[in-house]
Amino acid sequence: MKRVALVGMPNTGKSTLFNRLTGAQAKVGNWPGITVDLLSAKLLLGDQMVQLVDLPGIYDLRGFSEDEHVVTTFLSQQSVDVLLVVLNASQIERQLQLFAQLAQFKVPVVLVLNMADEAAALGITIEREALAGWLGVPICLVSAKHGQGMEQLRNLMARALRAPAQASPPDDSVIEAAIKSAVHVPAQASHRLTEKIDRVLLDPWLGLPLFFGVMFLLFEAVFWLGTPVQNALAAVFSTVRSAALEPALAAAPPLLSGLLLDGVYNGLSTVASFVPLIILFFLAMAIVEDTGYLSRAAFLIDALMARFGLDGRSFVMILMGFGCNVPALMGTRVMRSRGLRLLTMLVIPFSLCSARLQVFLFFIAALFPPRAAPLVLFSLYVMSIAAAMVTSLVFKRRLINSDPFVLEIPPYRFPTLRQIALRGWHEVRHFLRRATRFIVAGVILVWVLTHFPAAAAPGSSETWAGHLGVWLNPVLGPLGIDPKLTIALIFGFVAKEIVIGSLAVIYAREGGALVSAIAQQVDWVQAYSFMLFTLIYTPCLSTIATIRSEARSPAFSVVAVAWPLALAWLASFAFYQVARHF
Amino acid sequence: MSPTPSQTLAALSPGDCATILALDAGQALYHRLAALGLRAGKSVRMIRRARFGGPFHIRVGTTDLMLRIPDARRIQVRKA
Repeated sequence: MKRVALVGMPNTGKSTLFNRLTGAQAKVGNWPGITVDLLSAKLLLGDQMVQLVDLPGIYDLRGFSEDEHVVTTFLSQQSVDVLLVVLNASQIERQLQLFAQLAQFKVPVVLVLNMADEAAALGITIEREALAGWLGVPICLVSAKHGQGMEQLRNLMARALRAPAQASPPDDSVIEAAIKSAVHVPAQASHRLTEKIDRVLLDPWLGLPLFFGVMFLLFEAVFWLGTPVQNALAAVFSTVRSAALEPALAAAPPLLSGLLLDGVYNGLSTVASFVPLIILFFLAMAIVEDTGYLSRAAFLIDALMARFGLDGRSFVMILMGFGCNVPALMGTRVMRSRGLRLLTMLVIPFSLCSARLQVFLFFIAALFPPRAAPLVLFSLYVMSIAAAMVTSLVFKRRLINSDPFVLEIPPYRFPTLRQIALRGWHEVRHFLRRATRFIVAGVILVWVLTHFPAAAAPGSSETWAGHLGVWLNPVLGPLGIDPKLTIALIFGFVAKEIVIGSLAVIYAREGGALVSAIAQQVDWVQAYSFMLFTLIYTPCLSTIATIRSEARSPAFSVVAVAWPLALAWLASFAFYQVARHF
Repeated sequence: MSPTPSQTLAALSPGDCATILALDAGQALYHRLAALGLRAGKSVRMIRRARFGGPFHIRVGTTDLMLRIPDARRIQVRKA
């Protein structure tokens, strides 16, 4: 099968073009010698099927960024029959340099000038045929977002598949002459509406408060919409369980039905519970990113983040992490420097997510007077931010941001519903494919630990988890975390949502009886120490699964689990020992 | 009449326009700046700067960019 590669600078709408050409059927794939996943899809051009590969956006072939390396490696090692070079039509003047550099690969080129509608709105005129004559390649003007010019593009691609390889690459003087004679840019080409909006959103005084306001509203919207959907989904899963699965397995041996229901089925429902959040998060991300606000947020907050070796985009993801760490980790893909991305991924899990919040609300209500409750919760948020700051300061010299911080501030744009829907769909599929097996395996492991040996009462101190709790006592005892609470921490490793449920199993009590049992056996110092540990150690199995699949580095995944554990131990130890002695 | 002395991009005030004279940057930064349109001879406009020593917002041709102070200091300009 012939192969077409899509290349272009960032912010040229390259992914939108890819989606427009291929629809929703693109696949993520690995390539030999290439460290990132590339999207590819089959495409019917005329009478032949070709493979279209979306390469990462690059500025230059002479630079040193990882993405540039990926593109040069791909183009020199894989056979490519046609190169689809995407440029932003309103920035053609500077972007033609990349086209000239790509000509060295001697592959037939089709030049796509995307966002032609924006260029026209700016008063830029491009004489397509004259330009094609100068550069010696077929050119078409398209708007991938609105689907304009796609028919012509397909025809040009089909023709290029039969064309001989590119002659000699045009040199700088030819490009300059081509621009001079075929591209006309008015003296004052600026986006008026964008300028007006920026005057408010980037205002020296209003900018930051507006930014926090926007983030807060998005956040509220995600949970306002997401929580009922999550609850409905959980209800469906438990109905299926009680109405269909439990009767069907009634005759099976208890251990088998336990494994299938509490292990496999609970694992699958854990995975499913993330789906609505991921969809809504990427809906919010599409709004923030595709409108161009993400780069404005980076502009506003960069002064603070630069000190921690991070940048403004990291901040947005960390903030999103306070909702749910999993989509926030997936969102770090916008950062193209691996060092910066890994550092951000190391920091995100400290964000106090909504699942941990449930655990804290339960313990605070059980052990603290109502007057102290808000203060206790607030202190946990402070600790969450402090853990993130400490971590970035410790690791910023090892995970260095290699990419120069020179970002484009694109004009404001309205994403189309199609763009948003495709994005959500791609992300959910990616998460399900990468994380399902890992999460189900983890849930089964914890089920085995808390249910074996078979004679012991589930979750009790006679189970393997109970033995582990006793065995860990020398380590966790100095933190005030007794063997029973240790079992809860082992459950919490899977998901914080199940911690309270697991306490009911461990203490063999429910509701008010559970609260009073805990209040009798645990004092507030122990409870706060337990909450600190819960806040800082591994947020959940899904987070680890996501880190593992996104970072694609076993060593980094180990650090991402071990470091928070060490930090959790230190923080709880320091708190417990100080609080006990004073 | 003597020509206006050269200065760095970081010294411009919002609203100022200038012509780029030279880029005093390492290879990686140099190529990135060039790819984004910051080349000798091009004119550049300072739009605004973020608070607390944050980045600059500049415009080159039809492209708006942000860059940090240390990077802006590497760009020699002459005010128009």
